[in-house]
Amino acid sequence: MKVAISATGDTVESSVDSRFGRCSFFAIFDTDTHNVKFITNTAAESSQGAGPAAVQLLAGNQVQQVVSGEFGMKVKPLLEQLSIKMLNLQNGQHTILDVLKQFK
Amino acid sequence: MNNKKPGFTIAVASGKGGTGKTFISTNLFNTLQKYSYKVTLVDCDAEEPNARQFTGGKKVSTKLVTQLVPVIDESKCVYCGKCFEYCTYNAIFFVKEARMIRVLDDLCHGCGACTVACEPYGAIHEKEDELGTVNHYEITPGVTVVEARTKVGVHSSVKVVKEAIRSAYDADVVVLDSPPGTSCPFIQTVASADFVVLVTEPTPFGMSDLKQSVETLRHMGKPCGVIVNRAGLGTNEVYDYLSSEQLPLLMNIPFDRSIARIYSEGNLLTEQDDGWQMQFNLMYNLITERYGISCNKW
Amino acid sequence: MELAVISGKGGTGKSSVSAAFASLHERIVLADCDVDAANLFLLFNPVNDEEMVFVSGHKAVIDREKCTDCGHCVSYCRFDAIDVRNDEVWINEIACDGCELCARVCPEEAIAMVPEADSRMYSGSFRKGKMVYGRLAPGEENSGRLVDLVRKQAKEIAKKENIATILLDGPPGIGCPVLSTITGVDHVVIVTEPTLSGLHDLKRAVELTHNYDIPTSVIINKYDLNEAIALQIKAYCSFEGLMVVAMLPFDRRVVEAMVHCKSIVEYAPDSEVSKLLQSACKKITHGWAVGCV
Repeated sequence: MKVAISATGDTVESSVDSRFGRCSFFAIFDTDTHNVKFITNTAAESSQGAGPAAVQLLAGNQVQQVVSGEFGMKVKPLLEQLSIKMLNLQNGQHTILDVLKQFK
Repeated sequence: MNNKKPGFTIAVASGKGGTGKTFISTNLFNTLQKYSYKVTLVDCDAEEPNARQFTGGKKVSTKLVTQLVPVIDESKCVYCGKCFEYCTYNAIFFVKEARMIRVLDDLCHGCGACTVACEPYGAIHEKEDELGTVNHYEITPGVTVVEARTKVGVHSSVKVVKEAIRSAYDADVVVLDSPPGTSCPFIQTVASADFVVLVTEPTPFGMSDLKQSVETLRHMGKPCGVIVNRAGLGTNEVYDYLSSEQLPLLMNIPFDRSIARIYSEGNLLTEQDDGWQMQFNLMYNLITERYGISCNKW
Repeated sequence: MELAVISGKGGTGKSSVSAAFASLHERIVLADCDVDAANLFLLFNPVNDEEMVFVSGHKAVIDREKCTDCGHCVSYCRFDAIDVRNDEVWINEIACDGCELCARVCPEEAIAMVPEADSRMYSGSFRKGKMVYGRLAPGEENSGRLVDLVRKQAKEIAKKENIATILLDGPPGIGCPVLSTITGVDHVVIVTEPTLSGLHDLKRAVELTHNYDIPTSVIINKYDLNEAIALQIKAYCSFEGLMVVAMLPFDRRVVEAMVHCKSIVEYAPDSEVSKLLQSACKKITHGWAVGCV
């Protein structure tokens, strides 16, 4: 299964970006192979609708679960319909590595 | 659109919020009404219309402002993604692998590009979607307030504002209470004015915003004048600026606790003070003498 | 910690409050999110070390060499932005929404989408730490994206410089830019004034912060200009469970401070307004690791 985590940078030391649609990068972790790759969140550049555009980006990457600080009203129903699970990470400083450990 | 020529149109604007823009426009409106003009006040601050708190009036009509948004007939859709590619607003959500396509009405600007994209398949037709309302209130026959009001969450108030201004043609004088700032809705409002009254405060913040507004209006070729509100609080720098830029000082309203109180209670200064009423009328005459010929192009 | 100062309505004295809060901290990152009318830089005169171009959108521009004035694009435009004048096709850049449809349907490929790149974001240093601010070019849509950038930059700087508090001076109103300012912050202060429209706009701002579950407190500025309405506002706040952290009297020195490019706390530290703001700042940051000095 592929898990996407919203990230502020493109290394595992970067922290989790609390925003979903406008985060800088997504860390995509494959729970079977334990591979991590970082993709630039191209949706963040949109003047509007960054959230839905980010969902499209992740769906295109066969992501089945997303970890982020918050999911907006526009984003939730789309993720639900695509059967992509949402994991809401409450406030606090987490690095990408902290989150990955939970899945390993 | 009507072909009737609108009356002389004055926009009251300010770069910075809270300088007393609504205070000026409602009092100008009230004064002109007292001097028997057929006058219409258009509240163009569509996100937060509040002019009617001061003017009152009975609602005579409400007009829905809509835009056309796409509806996708999934039985005809071939999931080619061309409409998605044509949409620059992220309003079409498309995941090819999952054969999932949705229109996000909130994000749609109604440009019609997706409908054009789908012409070969005809899977998109359009429906009307509400952007807001234009409400007409009558004070006395011929004296009206038009209020533009956007629906909460709508991306832009431009269309509703345009529609409100357009519906105010049946008057000798039209006063536009412009949205604050110098962004899109402001430009749309002042674009249809013959003259712009800028309201400022004599503070560094007020000055900085005034300069930006003046530059923007000059770029647009719109004549303007300035009202200094809450004079005496701040500096005289603004007057030097006006004379060096050859901008007319239309009125100087001193800071006065009693004026602040009248405004705070939702009342009109020109209703309670004949002297101020005369001042507003003098200002209007000054403007029309100099810029009286309506140069509106509709 | 991120603290945002907003006001439903413009002109309530929001920026003066933000300026005072900034000077009450030892070190702070101050982010001016009022990108339509940024003005805190006038007061604090930061030395900028970075200037970034912000592309706010795109506009259609006709290549006169290629255009045959066939007028095919005119009927497609839903924004009344294309006109034919004296047999020449002409795009009104004010009305253009940037949808790109004209460019797509043009048989001569004579229309290009050109980025609007007149807006800027600046970051620099000032006497109380670091400052970030955005300036949106006139006529451009304030979508909140520039606010997002300003906040992102502020966060990065805070992390790099190890500064605990970020203060956001928000835009007026309740639209997209305000939402971008308050989402995810730790506390919102709404500055209001004792007028009926002030109360009306306060209610709308409160609805917003309640929707996002953000701890909110209220400052009633210039309360003595209409004490009756100030009391009405206070009653509304207690009904809504909002803490009124200060009721500030009208004081000419607040404006004088601005004229002298100072916050009221710097200009008249012994004034009642300064003292009240200091206690308000303490109440708000109470419980945080790093508070006001």
